[in-house]
Amino acid sequence: MEYTAAQSGFRQQHNMRLRNSSMDGSDGSQLFDDTSATGPGAQGVYRNQQAGPQAAGGLPGQSLLSDPMSNLAMAYGSSLASQGREMVDKNLDRFIPVSKLKYYFAVDTVYVGKKLGILVFPYMHENWEVSYQQDIPVAPRFDVNAPDLYIPTMGFITYILVAGLALGTQNRFSPELLGVQASSALVWLIMEVLAVLLSLYLVTVNTDLTTIDLLAFSGYKYVGMILGVVAGLLFGKLAYYLSLLWCCAAIFVLMIRTLRLKLLSEAAAEGKLVRGARNQLRMYLTMSIAAAQPVFMYWLTYHLVR
Amino acid sequence: MVCLRDKTSFASMAFTLYTLIQTAILCTNAIAVLHEERFLSKIGWGVDQGVGGFGDDPGVKAQILNLIRSVRTVMRVPLIIVNSACIILLLLFG
Repeated sequence: MEYTAAQSGFRQQHNMRLRNSSMDGSDGSQLFDDTSATGPGAQGVYRNQQAGPQAAGGLPGQSLLSDPMSNLAMAYGSSLASQGREMVDKNLDRFIPVSKLKYYFAVDTVYVGKKLGILVFPYMHENWEVSYQQDIPVAPRFDVNAPDLYIPTMGFITYILVAGLALGTQNRFSPELLGVQASSALVWLIMEVLAVLLSLYLVTVNTDLTTIDLLAFSGYKYVGMILGVVAGLLFGKLAYYLSLLWCCAAIFVLMIRTLRLKLLSEAAAEGKLVRGARNQLRMYLTMSIAAAQPVFMYWLTYHLVR
Repeated sequence: MVCLRDKTSFASMAFTLYTLIQTAILCTNAIAVLHEERFLSKIGWGVDQGVGGFGDDPGVKAQILNLIRSVRTVMRVPLIIVNSACIILLLLFG
């Protein structure tokens, strides 16, 4: 122990001497190459380079690794870090269901392509049911009808970027406007999901729609919004209105066909006319959720295309 | 000056997360303030008037009454804390 300490002390002195000598040649610290100086500066740089790594590697390394107190401190710190990480993982799983979120991001390119096609043109799609596998819904990778969070997340981010682009073409852009757009779109999304949750509670629908499912369904309208704004930027206001109308109709049909299977009772979902106040209420609920989507799509994009 | 004018065009759009929190606090306060015997019973929304139909269909009115009652019961103490914090913050920082 004392031998290594003495040795490190010796090396420290040696490094100190080296550092002092190289410092006379050029200014600047050990760790950076001073390539601006030429001539005798170059030699100083060369010496600097030699002394630099040696000093940087030698001096802290020696003192850190050989000192028993810092050994103890490092061991304690690493155990504390791993304990902290365990605690964070445990508590994070309580607040945000990470494993459930992973299900929503299990997508692949084929699924994304097909889903985007259905979002824009849902009229040819025949089978809207989500297939189950032993009571667990199948991952989106294997079933086109399953909701996912990848498309809504990417759509949201793309919407903010396209909004920035649209504002820039009208010379109205400033960086904080991007933040304003993002936070207001997020607030509208949260309020819409909360309103749908409240109405689902009031109508006492026994459904297996989770909050994240609702978030996914509400996020699908960003695709239509992006298409509308891009068309408006490229071809003018008429193209914006036409493409927005098309996408609104598509989202309306998509929501009705998807929610009908989840919210209404079996018989009503198959198309038979079932009388009764409860089914009527559920039908109204489905229609209003689907009708809210075009309203939001117009509300969030009309100020971008002028 | 141009940005000022355009920012007012965003006036209806400038929702921040803070506005959402404010809205939530105000709505919860509004629900918690409804008094049971002075107001709700007078308009037929009392606790005893909600639970009518047993079975699997409580109905919208019963659900609303349940919601009001549970918000009043559950959120009374947290609302006191949150409102006091809001008042102090608004007094200090405007």
